[in-house]
Amino acid sequence: MAELNISERQAGDVTVLDMSGKITIGEGSVALRTAVRRMLEEGNKKILLNLAGVNYIDSSGIGELVSSYTAINKDGGQLKLLNLTQKLQDLLTITKLLTVFDVYESESEALSSFN
Amino acid sequence: MSSQGPHEMASPILSVLGMTGVTVDHTELRLPSRLEAVAEGATAIADFLNRTGVSEEAAFGIDMAVREGIANAVIHGNKLDEAKLVTVTVTKSADTLEIIVRDQGQGFDPGAVSDPTAAENILKTSGRGIFFMRNFMDEVDWTVLPEGGTALRMIKKL
Repeated sequence: MAELNISERQAGDVTVLDMSGKITIGEGSVALRTAVRRMLEEGNKKILLNLAGVNYIDSSGIGELVSSYTAINKDGGQLKLLNLTQKLQDLLTITKLLTVFDVYESESEALSSFN
Repeated sequence: MSSQGPHEMASPILSVLGMTGVTVDHTELRLPSRLEAVAEGATAIADFLNRTGVSEEAAFGIDMAVREGIANAVIHGNKLDEAKLVTVTVTKSADTLEIIVRDQGQGFDPGAVSDPTAAENILKTSGRGIFFMRNFMDEVDWTVLPEGGTALRMIKKL
């Protein structure tokens, strides 16, 4: 069983990645990195990470979120986060990253926010 | 991976003082230096915490810290050399949990670790492991071992 499952869907010109499992050192982090890299290669520059099903993240996983964010921004795109669990929100707060990312609790609001 | 199950032992110091009957639970893991060892070690320790009645809230933080400690030992200490071991010992008394993670690497200077929440570091993709350990545990320190390697010691007050 994969550590992190990612399924992809389109909502207008935004690609939503629905994720479930763990974003941790090794397999989980690599799965996220691979998915985001593929998005960039395909020219998808508006990406919404739906983290409702992410039940665990470690510092490597946080690092991978940051890496994805900077890679997409560098390419002129936007990456936003949706449905953070309380624990993930707490981790982003203590690492002072909650104000770096655009974070949403409603998918419709998140989708409307993309330029 | 091999592990000893927890066993009860009376502290020799407390026995001298006539305070026998104090329960201390202990377990030790030996992990090969590969990434999979992080989850293996964390799962074994989570089982130990569950068996010894540690609260779910405390166990969550300990789990976060343990994963970071083992990952650092595997990656930075032992450089993913599977011939080198990471040894983890966990000792629980009534009000304290002590975790020691030993690697067989070249030593470590905790003073050289930068603050990942500083503005100039906030978008770095690594460097948050020790920050997490310090956030979730009450004491975190390192000792360079005379035989080589580093011992990371973390304490959680229960």
